[in-house]
Amino acid sequence: MINRQVDVAVIGGGPAGLSAAISAKEHGANSVVILDRNSWPGGILPQCIHDGFGVEETGESMTGPEYATKYIEMAKQENVEIMIQTMVLQFDEKQNIIAVNKNGIHTIKAKAIVLAMGCREKTRWHAMIPGDRLSGIFTAGVAQSFINLYNIMPGKNVVILGSGDVGLIMARRLRFEGANVLGVVEILPYASGLPRNVVQCLKDYDIPLFFNHTVTSIAGRERLERVKIAQVDENMVPISETEQELKCDTLLLSLGLIPENELSKNANIEIDEITGGPVVDQNFETNLGGVFACGNCLQVYDTVDMLSLDAKRVGKNAAKYTDDQKQKENGIRLLSGEGVRYVVPQRINEYGKMQLTLRADKPKDVSTLYVLFGAKEILKKRLPWVNPAIMIKIDVDISSKVLESGQSLEVKIK
Amino acid sequence: MIEEKEITCIVCPIGCRILVRTDEKQIEKLDGNKCKQGIEYAINEALDPRRMLTTSVLVKDGEWPLVSVKSSQPVPKNKVFQVLKEIKMVKISAPIESGQKIINNVANTDINIVATRTVKKIMK
Repeated sequence: MINRQVDVAVIGGGPAGLSAAISAKEHGANSVVILDRNSWPGGILPQCIHDGFGVEETGESMTGPEYATKYIEMAKQENVEIMIQTMVLQFDEKQNIIAVNKNGIHTIKAKAIVLAMGCREKTRWHAMIPGDRLSGIFTAGVAQSFINLYNIMPGKNVVILGSGDVGLIMARRLRFEGANVLGVVEILPYASGLPRNVVQCLKDYDIPLFFNHTVTSIAGRERLERVKIAQVDENMVPISETEQELKCDTLLLSLGLIPENELSKNANIEIDEITGGPVVDQNFETNLGGVFACGNCLQVYDTVDMLSLDAKRVGKNAAKYTDDQKQKENGIRLLSGEGVRYVVPQRINEYGKMQLTLRADKPKDVSTLYVLFGAKEILKKRLPWVNPAIMIKIDVDISSKVLESGQSLEVKIK
Repeated sequence: MIEEKEITCIVCPIGCRILVRTDEKQIEKLDGNKCKQGIEYAINEALDPRRMLTTSVLVKDGEWPLVSVKSSQPVPKNKVFQVLKEIKMVKISAPIESGQKIINNVANTDINIVATRTVKKIMK
């Protein structure tokens, strides 16, 4: 057993973990270690070879590998220790971590833990697509790693189910590599990816986007040979008369992402059923004091830029905690009301100015966002449009009176 | 020759559909944008649409079989597949440094193809 102590331990070395670790160091943590099970730091970024990273953050557009390199270099400069090929097995409420790598078992006593485990892709079983079990079905991210890292083409004639950003980007990537992309099939009446990706990945190359459609069957012998797609009615039930067959050898799934929180759940961290990530307060602290969450294991972000900016705040808060391990009250709840899918943080236990991030439940034109304390409007803001694919950020000032009332706040979009 | 194009603006998520009528290299009419930023985007899209191009190049003796690359500047949209074809014919030996020029003046566009990651050489 290898024992050691650190100020801040970060679980996961993707963009969130790197940002949080760098920021923890910048804000006074003496020793910061990143634990990552992969063979390289940077998480998913090395396979995201397209550009557009960093625009909101720095004004400079980078590719994924460039963005990763920039942050890895910064981490090195700040003397952040990065342990790769190191798998965290568990942690507890006293900030004891057990991890394993080829040198053996490590027990790490941290003053603060930052969760940055990222997310996983939904699979065929999440969409419950009936049909044969055969080869040729991949998640979009797996196909992306095959093509961009390992030089393996997943197939020649491809259908993509789901219009998430990775699926849209893969549609273009496959075209560039000579594949025929028959179309992107989306069950909702709007794209779940960013509008710029719909234009630059599909429209540019005349790749059809089938809204209100889904895949109803998968068929073939050992390899996928054809899928059936059909339009769905308002209850998302396929309309059989609209069914059509597409001959293809590959089906990519871009069905959305699930925050990875097995470690969190084992440590009895409260999870928000909608975000799939830990319930946090305004400092991104979970119900376990000294354990903070950031990145896509907290909530799935639209862009790495916004994710990094939040993760930096998390790193700062973790560094602060190593100095002042204050026990906090549970505080008041922040509830998602009409028109709101979720809001982070879910708890508030300090008064003052803070930032809320939230998502609408469906696209709308001009709307009004309310933060309500009973019938009283704490904040009212006009939004020119809302789109679930675009996260909403707002600043709100919570008074001590509101906090002391113990009553929940509600966020609404009407 | 008068041409009409409908352009989906990507400056913000509203995604205005902007109708642009052009006569050779002149804008005749522009309609449907909700803000000023859409005008610039639509004019560029109508007269000279360009895209940043990212793809990968084959690597010899590298720790990875590929190196990711980008165009040094946005490529005219109608030359994208020509540029890709030229990139596909190249195989470069490791080691490769991020920022290293891989192809000069690709497809006579005055644009270079540049590596976006480092690939180390593997010793056999």
